[in-house]
Amino acid sequence: MHQALKRGPSFPPAAVVRPAGLRKRWLALGAFAVLVALVAGVSLGPVSLPPGSVAIELLNLLPGVRLDSGLTEREIAIVTELRLPRVVLGLLVGGLLALAGGAYQGVFRNPLADPYLLGVAAGAGLAVTVVLTLGVGSGGALSGLPATVPLAAFVGSLGAVAMTYLLGAAGGRSRSPATLILAGVAVSAFLAAGQTYLLQRHAESIQAVYSWLLGRLATAGWQDVRLVLPYFLVTSLVVLLHRRELDVLSVGDDEAGSLGLHPQRSRYLLIAAASLGTAAAVSAAGLIGFVGIIVPHTVRLLAGSSYRVILPLSLLFGGAFLALTDVVARTAAAPQEVPIGVVTALLGGPFFVLVLRTARRVLT
Amino acid sequence: MIPPPPGQQPGTESVKAGVPPAVEVRDLHVRLDGVPILTGVDLTVAVGEWVTVIGPNGAGKSTLLRAVGGLLPAPDAVRLFGTPLGALRRRERARVVATVAQYPVVPPGMAVLDYVLLGRNPYIPPLGRESAADLAVVDEVLDRLDLTNFRTRELATLSGGERQRVFLARALAQGATLLLLDEPTSALDIGHQQEVLELVDRLRGEHGLTVLATMHDLSIAGEYADRMVLLDTGRVAAAGAPHEVLTETLLSRHYRAHVKVIPTPHGPLVLPTRPRRHP
Repeated sequence: MHQALKRGPSFPPAAVVRPAGLRKRWLALGAFAVLVALVAGVSLGPVSLPPGSVAIELLNLLPGVRLDSGLTEREIAIVTELRLPRVVLGLLVGGLLALAGGAYQGVFRNPLADPYLLGVAAGAGLAVTVVLTLGVGSGGALSGLPATVPLAAFVGSLGAVAMTYLLGAAGGRSRSPATLILAGVAVSAFLAAGQTYLLQRHAESIQAVYSWLLGRLATAGWQDVRLVLPYFLVTSLVVLLHRRELDVLSVGDDEAGSLGLHPQRSRYLLIAAASLGTAAAVSAAGLIGFVGIIVPHTVRLLAGSSYRVILPLSLLFGGAFLALTDVVARTAAAPQEVPIGVVTALLGGPFFVLVLRTARRVLT
Repeated sequence: MIPPPPGQQPGTESVKAGVPPAVEVRDLHVRLDGVPILTGVDLTVAVGEWVTVIGPNGAGKSTLLRAVGGLLPAPDAVRLFGTPLGALRRRERARVVATVAQYPVVPPGMAVLDYVLLGRNPYIPPLGRESAADLAVVDEVLDRLDLTNFRTRELATLSGGERQRVFLARALAQGATLLLLDEPTSALDIGHQQEVLELVDRLRGEHGLTVLATMHDLSIAGEYADRMVLLDTGRVAAAGAPHEVLTETLLSRHYRAHVKVIPTPHGPLVLPTRPRRHP
């Protein structure tokens, strides 16, 4: 290997070498993946629609476009009122989880970080369990409200992250990213214990709680999309604007500080944005594991290790991945739905191993 | 502060009238987690000078460098080119002083070009991206350090000597004229130690850099430094030209070492000798 990399005329010094950044080719590929997921997600289902007609019908949603797709009124309704919102929600949730995962990995300089690292999962789990068990106990008064569970999940997630932050801050000046991760472990364990206790006392609601814990994209039309969209915009804007700073953070706090960065400030801003996005995703779709860790890593292996590449591509490929996974989740065992969290892990695991193997062969 | 040794005013030849020193530390106290690390350190480094801080393990050398680099709260005790550290914003400070850490973090997967480009961070708007001018500076630095052919190589695959050149390149890309080197040669063999230190000295001459370094190898330290400062338990124990600091008396007192010092035209050679047994 060193032989081949020795200096020589094969490395003309005059050649223009660009710094790491998002190449147009990858951006186009990401956008293409999103489009494929969109058309496939809307076409496939109990009633299969021709993808060409679906694509035309999607174009019709653009202002000023009027084309004949050959679909009936009822089929058009399936497209715009049932399937499209679900696919769009999948794109938003998957994009948010992958983006948040990538941001956490950069902020903590830890490849194992995922969006649930700071207690989001446990906090949402406990809050939803409280609502569902109390709701069942009091004759469904609470669970009858459609927005109660998402609201509980949202508040629970952010509450858990706030607890983790306060606990980590108790370390004082010697507080480090590792302190925060450990605080997240403690908070998660504490909240999970509370959830287990409640579930054990209210065994009748176990199924309701678990169906939520395993994640699902079954939606009430555009309502969920409207709820998630603002958080999606805020989170992606903040995280994407800081993508170069994450590269600077990769040399550690001390060196980043001597390069003129305020490492703590950047870190907490990114954590806040990523946690907000994760909480919104969790409140809409439950706990969908795996996306936040597998997608950024796949992007890192294939497209490059700079966060200027990882973050925007994670947003696109994460969305496409989840929307496509949802197609499998609702068609594999139709008319039953497989929980999407199960499908992400079943598909994502082998896929990631494949990427790892190919990447290693290409790199060495 | 230890009074300057008779016969020579350290660094005076490079101090022009009215030019404030590159580094001026007055009565610096640093406590870390309640433990006093530095207790009243004074230090002056004239513009263009090379000063090396020596001292036994735990004397506070790295802490002194971190304080000068602005990584520790010491707002009034440290002045850089006449400006108190506290008056400089982070990005301004990073354009004045660049640090090469003792063990710089090597981010996995990062190419040499991208790593050196990190040095332009203080010039890139917080949420913006690098300009053509930033890239031109990086290209020039890479060229000057003979690293152009390494641009696309992953930093992690480089040898120790090559990496040290890349670390220096990032510091130079900062455009700072004060260079803080914490044990710049501790990971290198003797040949690469000389290569890196010669390079630093050449750059110092070409670009009017000021160098404040810490080093463990006393003989090599003495060969390159204009002046040396011996630090022990958080205080300056001695300061002056290498032949004034590298003496058997001072070294045996502060390092508890048995050494023989041999004067040479290049500077004193410090040889460790085995203590004689008393039967």
